[in-house]
Amino acid sequence: MDLSYSPEELAFRDEVRSFLRDDLPKELSDKVRSGAELGKADIERWHAILNARGWFAQNWPKEFGGAAWNAVQRHIFEEEAAMADAPRIVPFGLSMLAPVLQKFGSKAQQDHYLPRILNGDDWWCQGYSEPGAGSDLASLKTRAVREGDHYIVNGQKTWTTLGQYANMIFCLVRTDPDVKQQEGISFLLIDMDTPGIEVRPIILLDGTPEVNEVFFKDVKVPVENLVGEENKGWTYAKYLLTHERTNIAGVGFSRAGLDTLKRIARIEMSGGRALIENPHFAARLAKVEIDLMAMATTNLRIISQAAGGAAPGVESSMLKVKGTIIRQEINDLTRRAVGPYAMPFPSETLEGNNDPVGPDYAGPQSAQYFNNRKLSIFGGSNEIQRGIIAKVKMGG
Amino acid sequence: MDFNLTDERQMLQDTLRRYLADKYTTKLRNEILESETGMSSAIWTGLADLGVIGALFTEAQGGFGGAGFDITTVFEELGRAGVVEPMLDSAILGGRLIAALGTEAQQALLADVISGTLHLAFAHGEPTSRYDLSRVQATAVQNGDEIVLNGRKAVVVNAEAAGYLIVSARESGAADDVAGISLFLVPAGSAGLTLRGYPLFAGGRAAEVSLDDLRLPASARLGAAGAAYPAIAAAVAAANVALVAEALGAMETATELTRSYLMTRQQFGRPIGTFQALQHRYSDMLIELEQARSAVINAAGHLERDAQQRDLQIAAARNLIGRAARLVAEESIQMHGGIAMTQEYELAHIAKRLVMMDHRFGDTDYHLERFIDLSAA
Repeated sequence: MDLSYSPEELAFRDEVRSFLRDDLPKELSDKVRSGAELGKADIERWHAILNARGWFAQNWPKEFGGAAWNAVQRHIFEEEAAMADAPRIVPFGLSMLAPVLQKFGSKAQQDHYLPRILNGDDWWCQGYSEPGAGSDLASLKTRAVREGDHYIVNGQKTWTTLGQYANMIFCLVRTDPDVKQQEGISFLLIDMDTPGIEVRPIILLDGTPEVNEVFFKDVKVPVENLVGEENKGWTYAKYLLTHERTNIAGVGFSRAGLDTLKRIARIEMSGGRALIENPHFAARLAKVEIDLMAMATTNLRIISQAAGGAAPGVESSMLKVKGTIIRQEINDLTRRAVGPYAMPFPSETLEGNNDPVGPDYAGPQSAQYFNNRKLSIFGGSNEIQRGIIAKVKMGG
Repeated sequence: MDFNLTDERQMLQDTLRRYLADKYTTKLRNEILESETGMSSAIWTGLADLGVIGALFTEAQGGFGGAGFDITTVFEELGRAGVVEPMLDSAILGGRLIAALGTEAQQALLADVISGTLHLAFAHGEPTSRYDLSRVQATAVQNGDEIVLNGRKAVVVNAEAAGYLIVSARESGAADDVAGISLFLVPAGSAGLTLRGYPLFAGGRAAEVSLDDLRLPASARLGAAGAAYPAIAAAVAAANVALVAEALGAMETATELTRSYLMTRQQFGRPIGTFQALQHRYSDMLIELEQARSAVINAAGHLERDAQQRDLQIAAARNLIGRAARLVAEESIQMHGGIAMTQEYELAHIAKRLVMMDHRFGDTDYHLERFIDLSAA
């Protein structure tokens, strides 16, 4: 039992820190820190900086141009990046699709798409959920029918994150409606410029157009855009989901959020003293910090297993549930910490056109509280995760 | 012991509920939220014509109600429909302060409030006062028959629509003293009055208010110099009763939307409401809803009692309902899934009302501390 990083890991952490200190543009970290929305150009800029350092494709094998970091290295980077207020790496092409192509894609697909992901030539989005298929993803209905050299796709996807920026979408489609649900699904790569595709924004409750509906009407997709075998898409989707669940605990985000919360609570005054000295507030803050300290170690325990070759199983479900509860509690405390200045709608100030209403840290807190209700809903809701834990442990 | 509404209040509840169910659709409300004024003058007039504003005032003040249970009857329905119009600001806060302290000439303004032609705003909170009601740093200095106001007021709800702002300022004492606070009726557009308006997260509008050598005649003072605090505390007590009732109505809508969704949303080949894990969580919401209903009754029933008893019950209600409202808002969203995260869905707005209420006149933790202090007193 040794709780500390090895000398190699510490050296790696220092390397990451100096990279973030030297190469992370201040405009980007300022935006992240203030809770402002990042545009497409901001995200692409950060991706390019990482790629120039060879640190964009952290989880890819070397043969595909990746950094081939192990789980501990990835964790160190994620934590340091979150603490430095670096933008999130958008995962759809890089960490979701790419592993699927590397394992199941054709040589031609690998040669074409992987370099384009690295270089930022393509922006991918994920076509999984449908209006009738959320937690029960396998019930998806978007239909693809083979006609000669093409599939004809009809249907609708929803909750497509940042689909407004995407030129490519990877989709689960039904190619055989007459077999068991999971056995009639295929994995298709679709160019968003193909005629018959329409993207409509969904405005979320915090006012942001973060997700979209994507409609397909007689969309012609070349058969070479099928990944792997027809009707084997569910296998690939499950493989992809295991990658979606890396960094699921969000320890770095919680640590950064806790730092922000403490900073605010030292400034805000309540009853003649700093809020952080208020016993009730301090107690709630302490509880969430205690939970986070333990979860960080749970996360490291699981990561070190993964680095040693063991596949994360129900533990990733446990981390998702606990990690989202902690992040949401930090959001709730931060919203409360800013007091009456949580009430203004921050649209104007977020665009940077006006002075903030109240203290500069107040504006985004209500929006973040509401926006992060999504954490326990997407990527397999916390109810689905609890079901997985029980099923695995009880053998149901 | 009788927990039934009087016939008059029952009729008011029925009429208001029907009116809002009919007129205040999700579509209309979303248009109101997008609008520049953040409210509908047609709805405001409609509410006035129904007697909803009058129900919040006593007969002596020109209304036909004004008791705690009149407030809860009205605000439960406003909460149920997610109404964003500033009833709390114009009628409860503004109206009660004028009614409590105004001279006969000042009281004449109440007729316009009740008829829906005059809006009011209570400009009390300051950038660093948080929820401390006695913390007033804006100053009022009297020179002969003239009073000069200076200071800043924060998140003044309904300031832009108000014909008069009721501004608190200190005439004597230290920043946190209860004694020394006065109220002034400041007409919209006064020289030295600057508003920076903005929309609020859960609907409606507010403004940051600057008072720069704002000159008033001494007749603009409401009540005696430096003696406004008890009236402020009483008006805020009434506002808190209104807020808990509004939360109760909003929770009724949230739980009903959730019930309906659980019974219709199909996943894994059956309605998700057939999963026991969700049934239990739905039941927990209903248990908290009934706790909230009782807390509203406790608070409303003590509104006219002495300040200590009144404030103890109100602190209890706001703490309990703060907890219940967060649970209901978050659990309703969670059990709906993604659809509840969309702006156009009714529940999203209701959840925002429930949570953002926590930021007016003290949040759940603030009222817990209030309760502890008042219990020890």
